[in-house]
Amino acid sequence: MEKGKGVMGSGRRWAVDFSDNSTAPSSRDIPDPPGFTRASVDQDDSAVSRQKKDAESNWKAQKAWEVAQAPFKNLLMMGFMMWMAGSTVHLFSIGITFSALWQPISALQGVGKVFEPYKDNKVDLLGPKLLFIALNLGGLALGVWKLNTLGLLPTHASDWVSSLPPAQEVEYSGGGIPL
Amino acid sequence: MPITHAFLLFFIFSSLQPTLSLYEDQVGLTDWHQQYIGKVKQAVFHTHKTGRKRVVVSTEDNVIATLDLRRGEIFWRHVLGHNDVVDGIVIALGKYVITLSSEGSILRAWNLPDGQMVWESSLHGPKHSKSLLVMTNVVIEKDNVVIIFSNGRLHAVSCIDGEVLWNKDFEVESLKVQKVIQPPGSNFVYVVGFAASSHFEMYQINAKNGELLKHESAAFSGGFSGEVSLVSSETLVALDSTGLILLRIRFHKGNVSIQQTPISNLVEDSLGPAVIIPSSIMELFAIKINAVTIFIRVTGTGKLEVVEKANHETAVGDALSISEGQQAFGLVQHAGRDIHLTVKLAHDWGGDLLKESIKMDQQRGLVHKVFINNYVRTDGSYGFRALIVMEDHSLLLLQQGAIVWSREDGLASIIDVTTSELPVERAGVSVAKVELNLFEWLKGHMLKLKGTLMLASPEDIAAIQYMRLKSSEKSKMTRDHNGFRKLLIALTRAGKLFALHTGDGRIVWSLLLQSLHKSEACQHPIGLNLCPWQVPHHHALDENPSVLVVGRCGPSSDAPGVISFVDSYTGKELSSSSLVHSVAQVIPLPYTDSTEQRLHLLIDADKHAHLYPKTPEAIGIFQREFSNIYWYSVEDDNGIIKGYALKSKCDGTVADKFCFGSRELWSIVLPSESEKIIATVTRKLNEAVHTQAKLIAADQDVMYKYISRNLLFVATVAPKASGEIGSVTPEESWLVVYLIDTVTGFVLHRVTHHGSQGPVEAVFSENWVVYHYFNLRAHRYEMSVIEIYDQSWADNKDVWKLVVGKHNLTSPISSYSRSEVVTKSQSYFFTHSLKAIAVTSTAKGITSKQLLIGTIGDQVLALDKRFLDPRRSVNPTQAEREEGIIPLTDSLPIIPQSYITHNLRVEGLRGIITVPAKLESTTLVFAHGLDLFFTHFAPSRTYDSLTEDFSCALLLITIVVLVAAIFVTWVLSQRKELQDKWR
Repeated sequence: MEKGKGVMGSGRRWAVDFSDNSTAPSSRDIPDPPGFTRASVDQDDSAVSRQKKDAESNWKAQKAWEVAQAPFKNLLMMGFMMWMAGSTVHLFSIGITFSALWQPISALQGVGKVFEPYKDNKVDLLGPKLLFIALNLGGLALGVWKLNTLGLLPTHASDWVSSLPPAQEVEYSGGGIPL
Repeated sequence: MPITHAFLLFFIFSSLQPTLSLYEDQVGLTDWHQQYIGKVKQAVFHTHKTGRKRVVVSTEDNVIATLDLRRGEIFWRHVLGHNDVVDGIVIALGKYVITLSSEGSILRAWNLPDGQMVWESSLHGPKHSKSLLVMTNVVIEKDNVVIIFSNGRLHAVSCIDGEVLWNKDFEVESLKVQKVIQPPGSNFVYVVGFAASSHFEMYQINAKNGELLKHESAAFSGGFSGEVSLVSSETLVALDSTGLILLRIRFHKGNVSIQQTPISNLVEDSLGPAVIIPSSIMELFAIKINAVTIFIRVTGTGKLEVVEKANHETAVGDALSISEGQQAFGLVQHAGRDIHLTVKLAHDWGGDLLKESIKMDQQRGLVHKVFINNYVRTDGSYGFRALIVMEDHSLLLLQQGAIVWSREDGLASIIDVTTSELPVERAGVSVAKVELNLFEWLKGHMLKLKGTLMLASPEDIAAIQYMRLKSSEKSKMTRDHNGFRKLLIALTRAGKLFALHTGDGRIVWSLLLQSLHKSEACQHPIGLNLCPWQVPHHHALDENPSVLVVGRCGPSSDAPGVISFVDSYTGKELSSSSLVHSVAQVIPLPYTDSTEQRLHLLIDADKHAHLYPKTPEAIGIFQREFSNIYWYSVEDDNGIIKGYALKSKCDGTVADKFCFGSRELWSIVLPSESEKIIATVTRKLNEAVHTQAKLIAADQDVMYKYISRNLLFVATVAPKASGEIGSVTPEESWLVVYLIDTVTGFVLHRVTHHGSQGPVEAVFSENWVVYHYFNLRAHRYEMSVIEIYDQSWADNKDVWKLVVGKHNLTSPISSYSRSEVVTKSQSYFFTHSLKAIAVTSTAKGITSKQLLIGTIGDQVLALDKRFLDPRRSVNPTQAEREEGIIPLTDSLPIIPQSYITHNLRVEGLRGIITVPAKLESTTLVFAHGLDLFFTHFAPSRTYDSLTEDFSCALLLITIVVLVAAIFVTWVLSQRKELQDKWR
């Protein structure tokens, strides 16, 4: 809308394109200013940028490890919440349990996405990814354990027999006090 | 903790404090209550005063009631105890009803307008005798006197305060007093009777002080028999012991004379002995020879002459003085489908005061009793109304040739009840009679909506309430989704079947069973049992369901039986037959044939089993299961329980392939000097059990219920203690309870309650039995529970085996193979004594159970089974609490809100029947006694349906409004956006 306004209001008079960094001076009408060589810029930068890139990849690796460790805090918090929720089935405990189950699952689904910003051919993401997955699986296990303590998993004999109908009887006997 | 349990916990939480009570405006929505009085024995009209015209009646069910003569409604009613039989009623001083009851030993006066008791006095005498109640016009010191002969003594009692003014004993030892007569306008009474069967005794007694004025006696060698008829205040008619000679006994002025007239002199073709119909009509009496009623006039000179021979069934009413010296009496005769009511003057047979012909419903049978009453018409002439009692115990008021009202008092004596489904609603079947039109439907919903939004005026609220109560939905004649609409089929003592609609309690059809009708072959038919015979579902839906009625000719157990099949939709008798064998037991078998007819075994007194229906198909099914069918009999008089298997042939009788002999397998002989059987109870055959597993939440364990149809609960007491409570000391009384497998005779459990006494009321369901008895040591009633668990399955606990299905839990089981049971039991004090006990039953057996207790106050109390859990402990753990175990208390609570009869009483409560509805949460409860009560009951509240006051209209309107709002805001936002874009 701002853009539209600008167009409507004043119209474009002039514009400067700073992004032009082509090396061929011949393509330009205007000669380069004196003392300015295009090639030297690139040559000077290459050392700096390599340094920069190293720092960046270090930073990325560090970040990736940080991200990979993030579920641990989550895990602790979840554990605390679960302890608070108690072992009876009600709205609060069910909500917590299901969020505890859902968070790791959604995190696991988006493992690639989480580590996308830190993707670099120099950075080894396998370690952080594995840690991330392991921690999330730990969270999932915690959620399942909680589910079980709530009695929502069929891990007892009673879960399997309660739906069984009573057994048929072979004999039949009737009678009573004579009418 | 298991899944199902966790969800169950939801229900438990939501119903932790179950509020079973209902709101005031919910009364009458699903429940109905009908009041009856039973078969009327005596009726006294009270129509003199200008107030409400009424009739006072006493009935065979020991009820004293006054009925409104206009509509037949009950003004007030008193139900006396079951051994307090009413002997006579009179109205005294125009404001008291005086009743003599309890074999003439209790005299009570009730205030006529409101039924309050004014006084009561007890009368004692030297010996047991006939009880007579005579209202006199004798006045002693301003007290009106009523004279009573009871227990061999003559009493004069003041009407004002019930004080006994004088009494008189009679010296003749064997005197059987027949009548007490007060001649009009005199101050003395005649007491007449027979002594030593051949003497006629007459006492003349001064009514003022009981002084004997005269005593005469006359001997008659032929003896006397039966009743007497009074033909004047000083003349009696009786029959000799052979029933062939009429005796006219005159005791005028103290001189007794007996005049004999052989009946053959009066009636040429008289066959067999006659019976006198007791009456007291001036100069007239009636006798009955076989089915012929003969009216005989006694002229002033003592001559007897026959005035009429009536071949039709005739009922004669008592005399009614209509004016000075004139007596009228009523006579009802049957003529085809009509009855003729005739009112005649006593001295003038030819002149009928009234002759009316009334069309009578054939299902009411014969007229048994007539009571007439007169009123003065506007033109000064006499009009008559007649109250008649029919064979089916119904009571009708006839006036001006029409039935003014009728009461179905046969329903006061229900013997057995069963239910039947209604027809399925089909396109062709028209049920539109009760449908509403669209406008009314809309109007109704608008009113309801107004009520929900609290905009309704008081008139609207009244209209809403009326609509809810009269909802056509509940009284339709078709099946509904929830299974609330059914037919209750009831067999009454009069041998009549009634089908009541569960929606509003109206009588859909009624049938006086011909097979239970008195006939030459069957003199005293009685109905015994009512079973569902054919319950079509699945493939046999085109057939109508039917019921089987089993009866017997006579009270003895070897009297031949009668059976009858009745269509439950139409109420027509499909077929009936008199059986050659007797009926001692009726055993419905768990097998049906291709037309869904259930196989039944009728056991006769000779222990032969007869199979019904008598079809080759039935015998085929029966032969297949032959070796697995057993039966048992409990001989409660000699304390023996016997079990039998069947033999392939009847022995001794002619070849009958539907008859099977019995072979005794086992017997349990209880020592007669220490134990007497007082109660037995079994599980209901059709009870649905959802699961065999009982989950113990505390240690996440499973126990397996011992679920068997072949279990019998037997309670015995010490023979000394079988009487009234308190008649024995705690040391010499005990109660022993057995659980017996009826196939093998194996006693699974036995427990003795020392110092306890009957009566025992028990109910058996699933794997538990609850019984009620009296604890003499604690001086309180107790209720005990026994739960039975199967130990032999207890090792089925490996989850993986269960997951892959490697278990033996669903394989068929035999009574011969298992014996390991564990029982858990517990006793609790209970405040009330009981009249009946039942348990709720639901369609799938998932819903938790509640006990329905018929209290001594004739109400039905619901008590959660959880209160009778043997696992209750003083301090239940958290897990146990979650499971719903209530901390132990020594007595069971009575929560006033859990009376399912709310403020009503089911007088004379005898039975409670529970029928599952299709909706799992709901059970239909029918309580019967003198009154009938029906209601829907949800033991864990209606968790599977919306409540009745849920407004569908409000929901719909909310949805519509929301959708409209979404649409409107969407349009608005579009417009706004467009405007913004153009700016």
